[in-house]
Amino acid sequence: MPPEAYHTSFSGWGRYPVAEGLEIKSEDLVRSTAGAALCRGLARSYGDSSLPACANDTVVDTTMADRLLAFDQDSGLLRAEAGVSLLELNRLFLRGGWFVPVSPGTQFVTLGGMVASDIHGKNHHVDGCFGEHVRSLRLRVADGRIIECSDEQEQELFRATLGGMGLTGHILEVEFRMRRIPSPWIRGESHRIANLDAMVAGLKEAAGAWPMTVGWVDCLARGESLGRGILMKGCWAEPDEAPGTPPPTKRRFRVPFQFPGFALCRASMKAFNLLYYYKHIQREKRGIVHPDAFFYPLDMLDDWNLIYGRRGFTQYQCVLPHAEDNGPARRFLDLFTSGGGMAFLCVIKDCGPEGKGMLSFPRPGISIAMDFPVHREKTQGFVDRLNELVIAEGGRIYLTKDTFTREEHFRAMESRLDAFNAVRRKWDPQGKLRSAQSVRLLGDTI
Amino acid sequence: MKAVVMGATKGMGRALARLLAERGDRLFLLEHLPEELERTAGDLEIRGAERPVGTALCDLLKPETFAPALDAAERELGGLETVIVTAGLFGTQEQLERDPQFAAQVLLADFTNTVLFCEEVRKRLLARGGGTLCVFSSVAGERGRKPVVLYGSAKAGLSRYMEGLDHKFRAAGLRAVCVKPGFVKTGMTVGLKPPPFAGEPQDVARRVLRAVERGTPEVYVPPMWRWVMCAIRSLPRFAMRRIGF
Ligand SMILES: Cc1cc2nc3c(=O)[nH]c(=O)nc-3n(C[C@H](O)[C@H](O)[C@H](O)COP(=O)(O)OP(=O)(O)OC[C@H]3O[C@@H](n4cnc5c(N)ncnc54)[C@H](O)[C@@H]3O)c2cc1C
Ligand SMILES: NC(=O)c1ccc[n+]([C@@H]2O[C@H](COP(=O)([O-])OP(=O)(O)OC[C@H]3O[C@@H](n4cnc5c(N)ncnc54)[C@H](OP(=O)(O)O)[C@@H]3O)[C@@H](O)[C@H]2O)c1
Repeated sequence: MPPEAYHTSFSGWGRYPVAEGLEIKSEDLVRSTAGAALCRGLARSYGDSSLPACANDTVVDTTMADRLLAFDQDSGLLRAEAGVSLLELNRLFLRGGWFVPVSPGTQFVTLGGMVASDIHGKNHHVDGCFGEHVRSLRLRVADGRIIECSDEQEQELFRATLGGMGLTGHILEVEFRMRRIPSPWIRGESHRIANLDAMVAGLKEAAGAWPMTVGWVDCLARGESLGRGILMKGCWAEPDEAPGTPPPTKRRFRVPFQFPGFALCRASMKAFNLLYYYKHIQREKRGIVHPDAFFYPLDMLDDWNLIYGRRGFTQYQCVLPHAEDNGPARRFLDLFTSGGGMAFLCVIKDCGPEGKGMLSFPRPGISIAMDFPVHREKTQGFVDRLNELVIAEGGRIYLTKDTFTREEHFRAMESRLDAFNAVRRKWDPQGKLRSAQSVRLLGDTI
Repeated sequence: MKAVVMGATKGMGRALARLLAERGDRLFLLEHLPEELERTAGDLEIRGAERPVGTALCDLLKPETFAPALDAAERELGGLETVIVTAGLFGTQEQLERDPQFAAQVLLADFTNTVLFCEEVRKRLLARGGGTLCVFSSVAGERGRKPVVLYGSAKAGLSRYMEGLDHKFRAAGLRAVCVKPGFVKTGMTVGLKPPPFAGEPQDVARRVLRAVERGTPEVYVPPMWRWVMCAIRSLPRFAMRRIGF
């Protein structure tokens, strides 16, 4: 008998939308996933990826299933339950000289979430997505069976699950390869960049020499300075250049309450972006940095999503193919800024080759991500226009960030969708596994 | 430290065992489900516990398993030093009123059998000249309260037993540590609405570990619950009849 389910309301990191449903939370993933429609980890996906499709669907909160099951000191192969957080993995392994092969921009994610979104990081141009480093998954599929899948065993199911947003099965255990690092510190460099061309050129140039790169773009700058920002590069510091001590635990701060709507006006965003840009007074900074400051600058502030107030916010992330003149990225940023889009944060990154995840987000090109508040009338139309441009440019969006994309738009940008749906139908002919997002985007029925 | 933990597979026991593991302590686990034992031992080893983490099957509902399990622990650790019991059962007042069979199990596990287990431990520790026995009771045992009439009565008995052990055997070297958790967010309380001052298992574990090291006879976790219960104990009967707490 699975543990008792109780009614609750769910939302993602964007706090919009909110859905009602049943939740089960227990240390015992095997028992709790029997009959469930979906799993969710730390709910850092922004929109409706981890939300139930309807009030009768059960979603399993995996975060209490956090045991490490096996670790091989020689190869770095780690097997763990899907609910273990990246925060905990870093706490336990960093000082011993190990790090996850790929990390997102927050530590508040679970292993299951990292697999289901097939997350990418600052090292995508050299290491690909997290899924490239996963050896095997233990999965509870829709008919209740528990299946071990990998590239050698049930390969199709395995590859559909990497980036499959929890729709192919409940991930119970993940086996992946941790990476040896020379020290737990980062040697970093950052440069102030004047415009988009310089940013893309900077990312390309850095890609050869640096294993980790990312850019931050001032989304309010237009015209000549469109795409201006800060380019950050990093690599793990060698023992002789790093401090001899492990990085201290950083103090975190908490946003104490939901901000009122007016806190988030154009002026405050402009001020933030200007400050961030000019804080970088020198054209160039170099030095040894704390890994948290490098990988997870936003984690300093707990519950920062409350800053966006009652109506919540969303993130739009797309990847646009490379072009000699950076046309696609320029047209996208132009549309964003002229369409009244404003964002505190806009992150730009060059992506490497497409990986093996059947529906994984990255493909070669420029990825751009920006957060903005949800506006009842305007956001849907705004996202529609962004999506139309992305379709015309041959790009695609990232499901784990998405809240507003329409089914027909998604279909137009995802040539891989039929193959993915075929695998889903094979393993789940009755459509038991679903999310609010899969109803919205993949045509699942309630 | 060399510690035997019954209940390390989940909740506060899991958090406490992990703290010990990260210090490199020597652990021995007691549990009634073989697979859970094995997976938990593996987790603790990776987190730094001295290898191997020993295990033995022990079921709180089967007192005949107590002595053999403790014998195995004693053999493997070369004598008992510290024994921690977090294992226990819980049911809401509603569930227990509805289902007498389940009520019997909870009463049996949380009082009679826990005490019988502790008696086995007491004999062994005293035979060695002393040691620490840390048992998780509950603030539910502090006063007869509407939401925990049945569960609370078992915990009340357990708290009294721990108090008696402390009075009688402290001089002989037995340090009885009675932990009284208030509301802590574990699997046991999932789905219940957390009151103010609800605790996290990791924070509770840190406090309990300090108490175990010092041999503190009575520990409220989170500490705020000492004052909450102090107030509740001083309420007159007519007030207790009125309030839902
Ligand atoms: C500040 C911030 C920075 C971020 N930076 C990046 C980044 O740099 N790169 C990047 O790729 N992403 C990034 N993300 C997105 C984040 O990494 C993903 O959304 C990730 O999936 C969140 O993990 P989670 O455990 O919170 O999963 P949830 O949000 O809880 O769930 C996400 C999806 O995974 C599924 N899922 C979760 N657990 C399981 C399981 N056990 N079995 C099956 N399905 C499961 C859910 O159904 C859902 O579809 C960022 C998010 C934030 C808030
Ligand atoms: N959580 C609270 O708010 C709270 C408040 C007051 C007091 N307490 C008390 O504190 C203690 C720990 O609570 P918790 O919240 O950490 O509980 P929990 O998460 O439910 O863990 C209970 C532990 O007891 C074990 N157990 C259950 N039945 C058993 C049996 N028959 N034989 C052996 N082991 C058994 C469980 O193992 P399996 O799951 O494998 O069976 C589990 O490891 C309990 O005594 C509880 O009564 C808790």
